[in-house]
Amino acid sequence: MTLSALLPTRKPWFWSFAAAFAAWGMLVLFLQGRGADEAVTASLAFAAFFVIVGLGQMMVITLGPGNIDLSIPATITLAAVVAMRVMGGEDANIPLGVLAALGCGVAVGLFNNVLIHLLRMPPIIATLSASFLIQSAAISYGRGLQVRPPQALQDFATARLYGVPVNAVCAVLLAAVVGVVLARTVYGRSVLAVGQNPRAAWLAGVRVGLVRSATYVLCAVFAALCGVLLAGFSGGASLDMGQEYLLASIAVVVIGGCSVAGGRANVPGIWGASLFLFLLVSMLNSMGLGAGFRLVLTGLIIIAVITLAGGEPAQR
Amino acid sequence: MTANALPSRNALFSRNALLSRNALRAALPAVTLLLLLGTIFWIQPRAMTPFGINLMLNLAVPIVLATMAQLFVMTVNDLDLSIGGFVGLSACIGATWLNQTPLLGVAALAACILAYAGLGALIHLRRLPSIVVTLGMSFVWLGLAVILLPTPGGAAPGWLKSLMAFKPPYLPFPILASIVIALLVHVGLMRTSYGAILRGFGGNPQAMRRSGWSSLRATMTMYALAGLFGVLSGLALLGISTSADANIALRYTLLSIAGAILGGCEFTGGRVSPVGAVLGALTLALAGSALTFLRISPDWQVGAQGAILIAVLALRAFVVRKED
Repeated sequence: MTLSALLPTRKPWFWSFAAAFAAWGMLVLFLQGRGADEAVTASLAFAAFFVIVGLGQMMVITLGPGNIDLSIPATITLAAVVAMRVMGGEDANIPLGVLAALGCGVAVGLFNNVLIHLLRMPPIIATLSASFLIQSAAISYGRGLQVRPPQALQDFATARLYGVPVNAVCAVLLAAVVGVVLARTVYGRSVLAVGQNPRAAWLAGVRVGLVRSATYVLCAVFAALCGVLLAGFSGGASLDMGQEYLLASIAVVVIGGCSVAGGRANVPGIWGASLFLFLLVSMLNSMGLGAGFRLVLTGLIIIAVITLAGGEPAQR
Repeated sequence: MTANALPSRNALFSRNALLSRNALRAALPAVTLLLLLGTIFWIQPRAMTPFGINLMLNLAVPIVLATMAQLFVMTVNDLDLSIGGFVGLSACIGATWLNQTPLLGVAALAACILAYAGLGALIHLRRLPSIVVTLGMSFVWLGLAVILLPTPGGAAPGWLKSLMAFKPPYLPFPILASIVIALLVHVGLMRTSYGAILRGFGGNPQAMRRSGWSSLRATMTMYALAGLFGVLSGLALLGISTSADANIALRYTLLSIAGAILGGCEFTGGRVSPVGAVLGALTLALAGSALTFLRISPDWQVGAQGAILIAVLALRAFVVRKED
C-alpha cells in the first residue's frame, strides 16, 4: 500500500497539519524530549490568535482575486487600545469594553466598505489607506495609556480548561461556527459563489455587494476580537501589538490550503497552518540561533512550504 | 450619407471626451502635488527657498527610487511587500561591505539584484501569489540585514555622502534627481519597444506569449529592475543618513505602493505611469513636512498619508467615473 492510500494527502488541509507535526517533532528533538506537552499547550494558546484573524482573512480572500484586508494589524491595535481605555482596569466594565472593541471592528469594516464601494478603490489600497488612518487613531488615542487589563479578563485569557487554554477552545468554537456558516448557510454559500464567479453568482440572485460588505465587516470584527483577547493575554495594549498579524493572517490562509484566487475556503487548514507558524518560530528559538538567522529561516521555510503546497493552476 | 457621418462624429466626440478624461487623470498627481506645495507655502512663505525645499524633500530621493521599484513589479500585475526590507538590507551592505571592501560590497549588491530576478522566476514558474512570497522574503531581507548589522551603525562611503550632498545650481538636488529618474524610467518603459512589450505582459500575458515573447524573461527583467532600484534606494538613503540600520526603511513598502497608486498606476492591466509615480512619491514625502507646518500632532503623520491617498483616489473615481 502506498503512502497516499494511507494518508489523506489529497485533502487541502493535510499539508498544513503535516508541516505543523514536523515542526513539533523538530522542536521536541531540540528540546531532547523535555517539555513536549508544554510545547503543545503553548502552541494552542498562541495559534488561537492566528486562527481568529486567519478566519476573517480567509473569508475575505475567498471573495475572489484582489480581495484582501491589510487593515487587520491596525484594527487589532485600535480595538485593544479602546477596550483597555473603556475597561479602565475594572472588572465591571469588561462587557462594555468588549462591546466598544467590537464596535470599533464594525466601524472599521464599514469604513473599508465605503472606500471599496463608494470610492471604488481596489481593496488592497482601500484597506491599506484605512489602516494608516486607524493606526494614527490608535496612536493618538492610546498615547500615555498604561492601563492594565481587568483581572477577570486576564484570568479568562490565560485560563485553562482541562489543561487546554481557554482561548484555544474559543478559537476552535469560532472555527466550527465559521465552518458551519460556510457550508450550511445562505451567506456562506454566497461567499463561495461570489469567489468562484461573481457574475454567475449575481445572475443566480446573490446580492454580491451585500455579501462582500458583510464579509469585510466580519473580518474587522474578528480582528477586534483578537485585539481584546491579545490585550488580556499579554497584559495590556501596545502600539505595535498587531504588527506580526499582517503576514500571519495571509500566510495561514495560503499555507492552510485555501485558494488565493478565491472561491475555496478551508477551515481546518487555518488551524494546521497557525500551529505550524507558531511551532516553526519556537523551533527556531530553541535552536539558539540569533535573531537574524531566525528571521531568514522563517521567511525561507514559509516560502518553501507555499512552493511545495503548490501554486495555482489557474491564472492569477 | 448622414447615417454614416453620424456614428463617426460620435466616435470622434467620445474619443475627445476620453482624451480629456485621460488628460485629467494624468494631471491629477501633478495637481495634488502643487496643491500640497501651495498650502505649505501659503502657511509658511519662508519654506519657499532652495534651502526650505531641500529640507522638506530631504528624504524624497530614496522614496522615489523605492516607488519606481514597486512600479516595475506592478507592471507585471504583481505586488512587492518586501521592498522596504530590501532597501534596508542594501543600506546595510552599503554601510559595511561597500565601505570597507568595495569589491565584496558590489558583488553582494549584484547578488541581491540576481536574487530578485530569481524571485520573479519562482513566482512566475510556480504561479505563486506574489504577495505571499514577497511577505516571506521581507523576513529574509530583514534577517540578512540584522545578521550583517546587528546594531545601528556602519558608515556611508565618502563618495556616496558627497553625491547626496551635491548642490546643483538653480534646482534643489531632490527635484533634479526626481526629474532625472522620472525621465529615465519614462523613456525606458513607455517609449521603447521592449518597454511596451513588458507592459503588454501586464495587459494581456496570453496574447504576448502567443506572439512569441518569453513571459519568464519579461517577469525576470521586471523583478531585476525592481532589485536594481531597490539597491539604488538603499544607497541613496544611506548617503543621506550616513549610517544604516536594518529597520531603517521598513515603512517604504507601504509608502512605495501608495506612491505608485497616487501616481495613477493600477494593480492590473500593466497600466503604469512613471512620471505620475514620481509625483506621487514626492507628495507623500511632503505630506510629513506639511503636517509640521499645519501644527498637527506627529501622531497623525501616517494618517495624513492615508487621508491624502483616499482624497486623491476619490477625486480620480469622480473624474474617470464613466470610463468603465
